[in-house]
Amino acid sequence: MLLIKNGRVIDPSSGTDAKRNIWIDRGRVTRIAPAEGPEAPPNGEALDATGLVVAPGFIDLHCHLREPGGESSETIETGTRAAARGGFTAVCPMPNTRPVNDNASVTRAILERAAAVASTHVWPIGAASLGSRGESLAEIGAMQKAGIVAVSDDGRPIPSAKLLRQVMDYCRELDLPVIDHCEDTSLFAGAVMREGRQSVRLGLRGMPAAAESIAVGRDIQVTELTGCRFHVAHLSSQASLDLVRAGKKRGLRVSCEVTPHHFTLCDEDVVYDARFKMNPPLASKEDRAALIEGLADGTVDAIATDHAPHEAATKEVEFDLAPFGITGFETALALALELVRAGKLSLLRLVELFTTGPARVLGRKRSIAPGEPADLTVFSTDHLWTFEVNQSASRSGNTPFDGRKFRGAPMFTIVAGRIAYRRGE
Amino acid sequence: MAERLRDLLSIEDLTAQQIAFLLDEAKPFQEFQRYLLKKLATLRGKTVALAFFEASTRTRISFATAASRLGADTMNLQAESSSLKKGESLLDTARTLDAMKPDCIVMRHSCSGAADFVARHLDIPVINAGDGTHEHPTQALLDALTIRDRRGTIENLNVTIIGDILHSRVARSNLHLLGKFGCRFTLCGPPMWLPREFECLGKRVRRSSKIDDALEGADVVIVLRVQQERLHEPSLPLDEYILLYQLTPERLQIAGPDALVLHPGPMIRGLEIDPAVADGPQSCVLEQVTNGLAVRMALLFVMIATGSETDDARGSAHAAH
Repeated sequence: MLLIKNGRVIDPSSGTDAKRNIWIDRGRVTRIAPAEGPEAPPNGEALDATGLVVAPGFIDLHCHLREPGGESSETIETGTRAAARGGFTAVCPMPNTRPVNDNASVTRAILERAAAVASTHVWPIGAASLGSRGESLAEIGAMQKAGIVAVSDDGRPIPSAKLLRQVMDYCRELDLPVIDHCEDTSLFAGAVMREGRQSVRLGLRGMPAAAESIAVGRDIQVTELTGCRFHVAHLSSQASLDLVRAGKKRGLRVSCEVTPHHFTLCDEDVVYDARFKMNPPLASKEDRAALIEGLADGTVDAIATDHAPHEAATKEVEFDLAPFGITGFETALALALELVRAGKLSLLRLVELFTTGPARVLGRKRSIAPGEPADLTVFSTDHLWTFEVNQSASRSGNTPFDGRKFRGAPMFTIVAGRIAYRRGE
Repeated sequence: MAERLRDLLSIEDLTAQQIAFLLDEAKPFQEFQRYLLKKLATLRGKTVALAFFEASTRTRISFATAASRLGADTMNLQAESSSLKKGESLLDTARTLDAMKPDCIVMRHSCSGAADFVARHLDIPVINAGDGTHEHPTQALLDALTIRDRRGTIENLNVTIIGDILHSRVARSNLHLLGKFGCRFTLCGPPMWLPREFECLGKRVRRSSKIDDALEGADVVIVLRVQQERLHEPSLPLDEYILLYQLTPERLQIAGPDALVLHPGPMIRGLEIDPAVADGPQSCVLEQVTNGLAVRMALLFVMIATGSETDDARGSAHAAH
C-alpha cells in the first residue's frame, strides 16, 4: 500500500487541479480524497508530496532503447532507468534495433526483457516495412498481437506514397497509428543541420525546412485517402505544423510530437560538436517560436524525447561523420518547465503534453481515478539542480544539456504502484 | 603586440588588430624569400606536424617550406598513408601525432570544423590549413598581404568573388578578413552556389548572378576554383559555366585596368579564368604563392617561437637584409 499525501493533483482528463491524497494498492489507484482526509494507512508507505505536482504517468512516444543489438550504447534496463529518472512511466521504443523489430518474435523478446529488467512500461513500436527497408509490409498484425502500440520506420521515412497507402490501409483496420519520420530524402541529401545563416557560416551542409514539410504534406494526403491515424514524429518546422493544423481542422486523425531540443535550441546554437547533431536538425528561431506556439495552442499533441543514445566514440568525430541523435529522457520535463516559467505554456498544458496527449495518439486513456493503473509522475516545479551527464542512468552521454542548471524535476516516478524512481536515490 | 594566438582556426575569430599584426609580421619574411640562402635558425629544435587528411599539394608544400626555412623539422601525415584508411578515428590519429610532441599541428581536412574539433580535444596549437567548406585562414591572410602590397591598403575596397561561393572556404575566409577592414563585397556565381544567407556574413555583402554587373567598380577580383565534382551536383553544364562566369579580358575591362585578379589555385585555365587574364599584368597568382610562404612563416614564428626566440628571429630576419 502506498499513500501520496498532500500533492497538487493535475489531471487533464478530468480537469482536476487540487490538493489530494491518493491511495494505491496492488498496482492500482484505490482512493482519491481531499488532502485534509485521514492519515497514512497501516503497513503502507506515505510519500509526502507537499508542494509537488502529482500527474498521471508520463508517456514518451519516441525513444531508442537500442536493445537488441546496440547494447554498447543503451539497454532496456539502463534506458528505462533513465526514463524513470525523467518521470516517464511508459516509453515507446522505435523498431530500429538489430534485428529490426519487424516481427512478433522480436517484439516478444523486447517485452520479455522489459518484464525482467525495465523500470517503466515498455510499449514497443513495430516496423512498418520489413527491415524498415521501405519495400514491403512487416508482420504488423502479428506484432500487434505480441504487443506493439504503433508502427513506424523511424530513422527512415516511408519512401513511397504507395507503400504508405498500403501501411495505412492495413493499420486503419488494426486501429494502429502510423508514425512517419517525415523527410524528403532527395532534398535532405547529405545534410547535417538546418539550412540557414548558421549552416552557411559553419560551412556545414544544410537541409531546408521543406525537406520535412513536403513529406508531411504527402503523408496527410495519404491519411485523407485512407482514413488511418497518422502521427508525425519529431515535427520541427512551422510549415509542417501548419499542415497538421489544417489537417486537424479538416477532421483528419492527424497528430504530432515535438522534442524538447527542438523547442529549446535552434540552428544558431550549433557548433562543431556532434551533440548538436540530430535529425531532424535544430530548426530556425522562427520555427522554434512556431513550435512553442503549437505546444501551447494544442496543435502539438505530445512532447516526445527522441532519446537516441550513441556511444561516446561514435559522436567524438568530425561533425559530418557523427550519427544523428541525442539523449533526452532526464532533461525533458525540466526543459518543458522552462517554457512554463517563461509564460509560454501553462502547467496544465505541460502535463497534457506528457500524459493525455501521447495517450490519445495511441488511442489510450490516461487519468488518475480509482481502478486505474497506478502510473503517476510526481514532480517539483522549484527544485534546483544541475544536469550532470556523468550522473545519468543512460549508458550514453550524448546531450548538449550537460551542465545545464534547471529548476523543477521529477521527484517520484510510480510505475504500476511501485516507486520506480525517487529523487536523491 | 596583439595577444598571443593559441590556435588559428578561423579568420572569423580574429580581430582586425590581430590580422594587421600577422600581416606586419609577414613583411620581413616577404623580403626573406628573395635571399640567396633561405634558412633561418629561429625554430631550430621545433617540430611542425603537417596533418593533411585531404589531398593538397600547394598548401602542404608551402607550410613544409615555411617550417623548413625557419629551421623547424616537420612530421608529415598524409591521408593516403595514414591509419585513417584502417579505420582509426581523427581524434586517435591526432592524439598519436600529439604524443610525438610536435610544437604545433597544421591541419587540412575535408570536414568543416575538423580543426576546431581537434583543437578542442588537444592542448597543442592547431593551425587550420583548410577545413571542408568552412575556412582557409592562411589563404585569406596571403590574399590580404598580396592586395596590400599592390594597392597599399586592404581597407574599404570593392571586392568581387566569382565562382562556387557556397562550397568555398576561401570565399568565407576572405569575407571575414576583408570585411573587418571595411571592404564591400559582390558575390557572383550560379544561383545554387549563392545562397541568400551569405549576405549575413558581413555588413556590406551583395549577390549578383550576372558577372558584368558584379565586376562594375571592382578593385579586387577573386576567382574561385571550380571543382568539377561539384558541377555534377546541380548538374550545371561546364560550357554554361564558362559562358556565364569565366573571367575573360573583356569582362575584366569592366572592372578597369587597376583591378587585381587573385586565384587561390589550382587554377584551371579556360574554365573559370581565361589564360590571358591568368597571365596578364593584373594577375597576382604567383605573388600569392610567394606571399603564402611569408604568411605561413610569420604565423609559425608567432605561434611557436617562445619570447626570446621571437626577438632573435625578428633580429635575424631583419639582419639578413
